Amino acid sequence: MSSIENKDTSSLKAELIADFQLSQAKLNGKAALPIHQLRGEAMQNFDKLGFPTIRHEEWKYSNVSNLVKQTFDFHTKTDFNQADLDKIPLPHLTGNVLYFINGVYNAELSQITTAENKLKVIPFSEALAQQPELIEGYFGKYANYETDAFTALNTALANDGVVVQVADNKIVEEPIILRFISDVRLANIGSQPRNLIVVGKNSQVKIAEAYRTVGEGAAFVNTVTEIIVDESAMVDYYKVQSESDKSYHIGTTQVYQKGRSYFYAATATLNGGFVRNNLNVVLDGEHIESHLYGLYVPNGKQHVDNHTVVDHRKPNCESHELYKGILMDKSTGVFNGKIFVREDAQKTNAYQNCRNVVTSDEATMNTKPQLEIWADDVKCSHGTTTGQLNDEAIFYMQSRGIPKKEAIRLQLLAFAQDVVTQIKIDSIREYIEELILDKLQGA
Amino acid sequence: MLTISNLHARIEEKEILRGINLEIKPGEVHAIMGPNGSGKSTLASVLAGREDYEVTDGSVTFNGKDLLDLAPEKRAAEGIFLAFQYPVEIPGVTTINFLKTALNEIRKYNGQEPLDAAQFLKRMKEKAKLVKIDDALLKRSLNEGFSGGEKKRNEIFQMAMLEPSLGLLDETDSGLDIDALRIVAEGVNQLRDGKRSFVVVTHYQRLLDYIVPDFVHVLYKGRIVKSGTKELALELEEKGYDWIKNEVDALEVA
Repeated sequence: MSSIENKDTSSLKAELIADFQLSQAKLNGKAALPIHQLRGEAMQNFDKLGFPTIRHEEWKYSNVSNLVKQTFDFHTKTDFNQADLDKIPLPHLTGNVLYFINGVYNAELSQITTAENKLKVIPFSEALAQQPELIEGYFGKYANYETDAFTALNTALANDGVVVQVADNKIVEEPIILRFISDVRLANIGSQPRNLIVVGKNSQVKIAEAYRTVGEGAAFVNTVTEIIVDESAMVDYYKVQSESDKSYHIGTTQVYQKGRSYFYAATATLNGGFVRNNLNVVLDGEHIESHLYGLYVPNGKQHVDNHTVVDHRKPNCESHELYKGILMDKSTGVFNGKIFVREDAQKTNAYQNCRNVVTSDEATMNTKPQLEIWADDVKCSHGTTTGQLNDEAIFYMQSRGIPKKEAIRLQLLAFAQDVVTQIKIDSIREYIEELILDKLQGA
Repeated sequence: MLTISNLHARIEEKEILRGINLEIKPGEVHAIMGPNGSGKSTLASVLAGREDYEVTDGSVTFNGKDLLDLAPEKRAAEGIFLAFQYPVEIPGVTTINFLKTALNEIRKYNGQEPLDAAQFLKRMKEKAKLVKIDDALLKRSLNEGFSGGEKKRNEIFQMAMLEPSLGLLDETDSGLDIDALRIVAEGVNQLRDGKRSFVVVTHYQRLLDYIVPDFVHVLYKGRIVKSGTKELALELEEKGYDWIKNEVDALEVA
């Protein structure tokens, strides 16, 4: 494979292409399987596309040039164990908890508590090697590996993650919590988790992805999750990020909803040097509801970029979106929210709101709502605000005896609360609250 | 208790207080009256520590301490309370949590143990009765969506909770209907215990019908130009401010 067709000659790209060639050589005759054909195609796409630059409209404010100069170790085995895990507890964690260390499923640390007739959980690596028929109907059918370079890369090279299947008519009471830990104590680690979540008709489930690093090194996490929400199913999906300042996180969550289904997402970004989240939801049926919440609290030189797409394809659906940011120090934030209302999607209600508080003169927030509406009988609105805390409110609190620092912290916490309270898994919500409290100490 | 000497303050380039002298003893109620723009609210704000104002001259001592040297929260902890003319709405922070934090910060400053939940609730129930404020209101975000009257009652409720030694009421009567005015004033009167002092900033006599002051001062062009007893307020109600303005302006010309 050559990379003559584009100008991206980055070390990271070269490393990844070499990696792919190695993996191809190990396929032992399975290369002809449709799934591996698709991976090959994805790699060709990545090779053509190269990593995006800021000239790319979707990457205008998020510059990955420092990422692509680096190399990452995608294959180091880690001896990360229970003792290491005990040092980063997530209190009151119950239910199905799956651990991925440097992107690889760790059965020893994980527990699956829900009965198999309700919930099937298989590591992606296993599905890929032994039961490709399980994923063939879904893998790559939703996430865009044609024009999105990072998704193409993940599609070609992802070697682990999880496949979750909820049978029809089942209520899964216990949450499914996926913890992705990059152990960067000894090396800079790259991982490309791939998750496929298929929720059957009329079923209900809560899922959380939590990302973090252990150690001071750099992690590059390029993750893709595809979620298929069948008719009348209800899915709560949470993403929590707390990664090191040297880390790069690029994540795409691609959601496909069928009629009368309900999807509820909250993305909380507490830490991470460079974070790009793509949350794309397709509403392809009638009477669908989608809720998208987001909270980001960058400080230092952290960069957090949330891109969302809500694609209304059929009539009588509604979507609600609220993203909130607290930007401190020299941090930067991006919010780009697209809403498409297709010609068929009459009687759509689509609302989007992005509100930000900037606590320093050196922090920057870029917001861009984009509404494209082809139907004529719809209710859509969007709004973005970026401002500072109200000085009068701070003085009011001070005049009652509350020190200025505490007054600021209380108001920022209150600001974040709208989103935090949306998280219905107690352990995850408490974890986020604790991370926010820590972070706002420095505000 | 409070001694203000030759106090000068300005906002940006505009001088608003131009030499205020005032002495307030424990238990006294002083009314500050005056036409619009005379500096009444500025005086209350400067005493509470609002940052928009710059003190350019003079001094303020409160119980022996240099008040101007203290951050607003320390002034509050020392016993000063400002009831705002326009109370601020703070979304996401309930009145209860806000007051619990405030009260315990003040107690900490004064070397007292924080109140536990039961003690706090007991005090809250007691004080809420003073201004007939509904429990449900206190569980809502601070002042958010409150009516004008509810906001002012909440101010007096907060004052009752924090038990300051000096209450500054900044145009507390503005925006109140007859009933709300009475409730607020009665709340204040119940807090008069012979030791606690008040500075009542008001444009009109009507609040002073309920909260009877010991002294009345007229502020004009940043100075106290006339002081008297409660009868002065009645005279002002009857004659307006023009006669005082004329007196002062004539002196200035001369």
